[in-house]
Amino acid sequence: MMRTKVAWFTLVVLAGSLLFAALSIPFGDPAMSDMDDYFIAHGQEQTGANNIVTSIVFDFRAFDTLGEACVLFTAVFGVSVLFRLRKKGEDYEYE
Amino acid sequence: MSDSLSKIIRTTADVMFLFITVFGFYIVLHGHLTPGGGFQGGAVIATGFILLIVAYKLEDFLGWFQKRTFQNCEMSGLVLFIGTALAAIPLGYLFFMNFLNGTGGLFGQAVPFGINPGFLNTAGTIPIMNIAVGIEVLGGLSIIILYMTTGIRSHEEGE
Repeated sequence: MMRTKVAWFTLVVLAGSLLFAALSIPFGDPAMSDMDDYFIAHGQEQTGANNIVTSIVFDFRAFDTLGEACVLFTAVFGVSVLFRLRKKGEDYEYE
Repeated sequence: MSDSLSKIIRTTADVMFLFITVFGFYIVLHGHLTPGGGFQGGAVIATGFILLIVAYKLEDFLGWFQKRTFQNCEMSGLVLFIGTALAAIPLGYLFFMNFLNGTGGLFGQAVPFGINPGFLNTAGTIPIMNIAVGIEVLGGLSIIILYMTTGIRSHEEGE
């Protein structure tokens, strides 16, 4: 089958290139620890929180938390639309 | 899902609900001191409500807590979160600025830097945002399971 051969060829080439890229990147060398060092050194002083993780999540990167809260709200909205109670005799409309 | 489970499970759920809820509120309130925070604590509290939904009849549960309660929980949590962030702007700071830290008022106790035993009344707006996110997650996860249970039951009745 031609399709199977093409699919296998694509899979092997993709996996090979991705593996090559992953193996050729030197992880952690040089170590970029400027942000971590800054958070650890100044986090408690600037936010007043003992927990550095919370000080990052709710102060330094609070926009990320705002997005997460909105994602949860959207998920609840989607579930409520999916599982809404239909009244008896209400028609389904597929358009 | 329309009938409640056995008496052993219901009694266990009754007892465990109290401890799960207290543990969840502890995680939310101590988010700036110990591991945890709003999301984790809210999920723990929602687990307590889900335990009650599973163990009891849906009608019983809806007699104790209405759906609107959880919806209001979620919306008020999100509004409180954004409101805390926006409250910094009229006071002359930037969006999401931690304007309560170190002022001596609410959550504004000065922190002894370095290793300390952990004081609850510190960290400025972070505990407020923790509580807001905790309320939101507790309402959101509970209402998801409640909607799903209601959907299953109406599907079973409809057939």
